Amino acid sequence: MKTILYCVALIAVALPGFAGPQSEAGDGSITVLTNRTDLVDNVFVEYAERFASAYPDFSAEFEAMTDYPGIVRIRMNTEDYGDVLLIPPTVTPQQLPQFFTPLGSVAELEQDFLGVTEMAFEGVTYGIPVSINAQGVVYNRRIWREAGVTELPRTPEQFLEALRLIRDNTDAIPYYTNYAAGWPLVQWENHRTSIAGDPDFVNTLAHTDAPFAPGQPHYILYKLMYDIVAQGLAEADPTTTDWESSKVRLNNGEIATMILGSWAIPQMQEAGPNAADIGYMPFPSNIDGQVFAAAGGDYKMGINVHSEDQEAARAFVTWFATETGFAVATGGIPPYRAEAMPDVLRAFQDLGVQFVSNNPPRPGEEGLVEEIDRIGEIGLWEPNFKARIVEAALGNRDESFDQIMTDLNERWAAARREVLEQ
Amino acid sequence: MSSATLGSSYRKQRQLLTLGFLIVPLGLLGTFTFLPLATMTGYSFQNWSGLGADRQWVGFDHYIRLFTDPEYFAVFGVSLYYLVGTFVQIGLALFFATLLSFKIVGRQFFKGVLFFPFLLNSVAVGFIFLFFFRPDGTLDTVLGALGLEGQIRFWLRDPSINNISLAFTSVWRYMGFNFILFLGAIQSVPPSMYEAAELDGANRWQQFRFIIYPSIKRIVQLNVILGVRGAIAVFEIPYIMTLGNNGTETFVIQTVDTAFKFQRFGLASAMAIVLFLIIIAISLVQRRLFATESAA
Repeated sequence: MKTILYCVALIAVALPGFAGPQSEAGDGSITVLTNRTDLVDNVFVEYAERFASAYPDFSAEFEAMTDYPGIVRIRMNTEDYGDVLLIPPTVTPQQLPQFFTPLGSVAELEQDFLGVTEMAFEGVTYGIPVSINAQGVVYNRRIWREAGVTELPRTPEQFLEALRLIRDNTDAIPYYTNYAAGWPLVQWENHRTSIAGDPDFVNTLAHTDAPFAPGQPHYILYKLMYDIVAQGLAEADPTTTDWESSKVRLNNGEIATMILGSWAIPQMQEAGPNAADIGYMPFPSNIDGQVFAAAGGDYKMGINVHSEDQEAARAFVTWFATETGFAVATGGIPPYRAEAMPDVLRAFQDLGVQFVSNNPPRPGEEGLVEEIDRIGEIGLWEPNFKARIVEAALGNRDESFDQIMTDLNERWAAARREVLEQ
Repeated sequence: MSSATLGSSYRKQRQLLTLGFLIVPLGLLGTFTFLPLATMTGYSFQNWSGLGADRQWVGFDHYIRLFTDPEYFAVFGVSLYYLVGTFVQIGLALFFATLLSFKIVGRQFFKGVLFFPFLLNSVAVGFIFLFFFRPDGTLDTVLGALGLEGQIRFWLRDPSINNISLAFTSVWRYMGFNFILFLGAIQSVPPSMYEAAELDGANRWQQFRFIIYPSIKRIVQLNVILGVRGAIAVFEIPYIMTLGNNGTETFVIQTVDTAFKFQRFGLASAMAIVLFLIIIAISLVQRRLFATESAA
């Protein structure tokens, strides 16, 4: 009987202790939260060693999680969300000062780094991009050549024509949507800026009731998605696609084309023996002959405002952005201006393509576009309406492409009214 | 211990022990069930993006919106597929449990085989069946080998059958759970009753009808209640396999999307509360139905 009592008492006492070990605050050892579950046991181990030898007083430990933005957003309701972390993209500019330590003024940081306006509020930067992604189309050069495409397409119509040639002249799947995974459809959204060729385009969305009207960048963009599927230029069954094997299949030429950010290039090259076949082209559109390519920061690295190791955290953020070469190694443009462009993208620039990055929102309009998007349940950065477009193109829905666009316009307009009234 | 203090000491020990045993489960129940339910009820009357303290009180706005916009309840149509699937699942589980409660060759092996899918992680099951249903995948290969090429369909792409494919996956995944409950209940029937029945000349069907079924009636009812609740709150299988796209969206997927994709935690909490009330209502109705049945 006594033993049982002891056990019960022990469990009761031990319960609060289940919180687990925590690193001592203020001792210079920091925790870095990351989304790269694939790198945490190899590359980041090496980074931790390099950081410790560069700063003998400090040490860093990486904690990776799948569903990174979802988990971190929940943890941000406590004070325990690491010392250094990647800012979840759904954090609005107004919320930044509440959660993150200011890194410096935009004007000052801009001299050394790219993309410092993307997580900034009232002229103060809260995060530096880990990498800048150029947006475009990854394709298999050999297949495109064998199909008889001689010139890279510069309009959606030419792009469809090229895909038709691939369908008729090769055994490859002309375009692979990766619909089942959801997120690859979201990669398309970046190209609104490629089509508009205007760094202020996204900010103008807050001032329109019909961003999906014919002729608008969103309409042109998603009409191409619809046409590819409706004309039978995509895989036969989008609902059973598999992302991991699609990389191998693009590498060996079973798949000809996918629209993905430049971060995908090294992954496609490493997926098989044909790294030299992997090419990257800009999104097929132009304004008076000038081709634009959207470029924007990947995750922005920031510092937890509640961290008790501010000095170590700051040293880490600067060191990561300037010393690791992370961006180039992962196929992106380095945010540190002093670093050189990676080879694949230098070729991209040789084509005369002009990179466009979104301007920060106008003062007083921070987070407005995101709020309309959220209230209207549009999901510019969610797969939902893109999946709907693919389904309509397959003939699985009772609505046409134009009806989907009209519905999105109506929801946008209603949400905009609601947000402006608040 | 002297005999004089034995009585009071025993009572004290018993109270302490009862308290000690209760504190852990009640603590867990309170922390992970009632506390979240209470906060969620609070959120359902507010506008909240899921981050920070900026919340506005909106009263019943979210509930009014849910009950005036038919879009939100339309998705319950998808649950009907799973509801039908539930009854198939319970029927199969009962069939296999009865079969394997008799002495047949390899019964331990088949028990393991039938229960195995329930031990698998849902994500793994989702991926297995994505490969199973893809064009030229396992199912198409098997149909081809049987000379049934004509029956091959786009199992997930075709919106007239994709919910059936998903419900089938769900049946495969969860049947083991019903099966093990039935098997346990059937095995608690004393073997002497079968012996007596056999002496009286009862066949297998009569043994099932007059011995097994009456003894496990409670468990059948429990399985039906759990199954119906499961069908209303389907989430894992369609979310992993199709993300709820292509007409496979269920109410819970819609709730999760509202909260974690559109960051409308207030509205999503209201949806969760509505689902909670629906499930309570259905459970009460079912209990009433079963109660009158057993009284009759």
